[in-house]
Amino acid sequence: MDAKKESEPNAMKTRTMVERKSEREIVVTRTFNAPARIVFEAWTKPELIMRWWVPKSMGMSLLSCEMDVRVGGKYRLVFGEDASKSMAFFGKYLEVTPYSRLVWTNEESDDGAVTTVTFEEQDGKTLLAMHELYPSKEALDAAGGSADATVETFAQLDELLVSLHASTRAP
Amino acid sequence: MVQCNPARFDASFAALSDVTRRGVLEQLGRADASITELAETFHMTLTGMKKHVGVLEQAGLVITQKVGRVRTCKLGLRRLEQEAAWIQRYHQLWHARFDELDKVVEELKRKEKVGGRKKRE
Repeated sequence: MDAKKESEPNAMKTRTMVERKSEREIVVTRTFNAPARIVFEAWTKPELIMRWWVPKSMGMSLLSCEMDVRVGGKYRLVFGEDASKSMAFFGKYLEVTPYSRLVWTNEESDDGAVTTVTFEEQDGKTLLAMHELYPSKEALDAAGGSADATVETFAQLDELLVSLHASTRAP
Repeated sequence: MVQCNPARFDASFAALSDVTRRGVLEQLGRADASITELAETFHMTLTGMKKHVGVLEQAGLVITQKVGRVRTCKLGLRRLEQEAAWIQRYHQLWHARFDELDKVVEELKRKEKVGGRKKRE
């Protein structure tokens, strides 16, 4: 895996940054080559979220996605292989500032994080930061642990995405 | 690729720069030990050993636990490795998601170029 990673362009490696800010916080950042309003749109329209939140090649897909993007509005995402093997993620929006900021709760468990996404436009590009604040260190650690089963899938996915990306890039 | 807390890394490297502290880590790799035992093994005063263990603890390389009057030290390395693995998984998930989001964003941009004028009028 490492050898393959080495052969990727350097930009691929550094584009998505993850930093654990404290015991309860984690931040992911990435710059998108589009104005903030476009990136914001992709985060707030269900039909668009459905296309990227669960990468296709995971063998799972979003079965449904309801989002009422306004302060106090609720969202509910269900994903899985089929209706019998599905998981629901839900919560509500605490802040909605068009093109710049979204804050929502994750209420599927008591240990759910509060997610803050900020969109910062500069020279037509958007620096996106997704910040998750967990109620405790244990909650954050556990959130990572639950992803254990998908580690291998994601590792494969990473490579697959590179080729998918290349083949769909051409206009 | 994975960004960890730089302050934590600095602390780790500083902790590993000392020969006694590297020896303590090796020793703890064989078995847990009290500060008194470590001080004896390395022919040091209790105070001196406490300082070394403190530096290792700060860096997350050693975990200490006080039971009664004895402070037991053990390797904290595993915890660091787990933390790195956790971040790695998190990174993979978001990297994959954002690659997909990139495609959606590119498409929206193209559409806007084509239909943007009509929309604004």
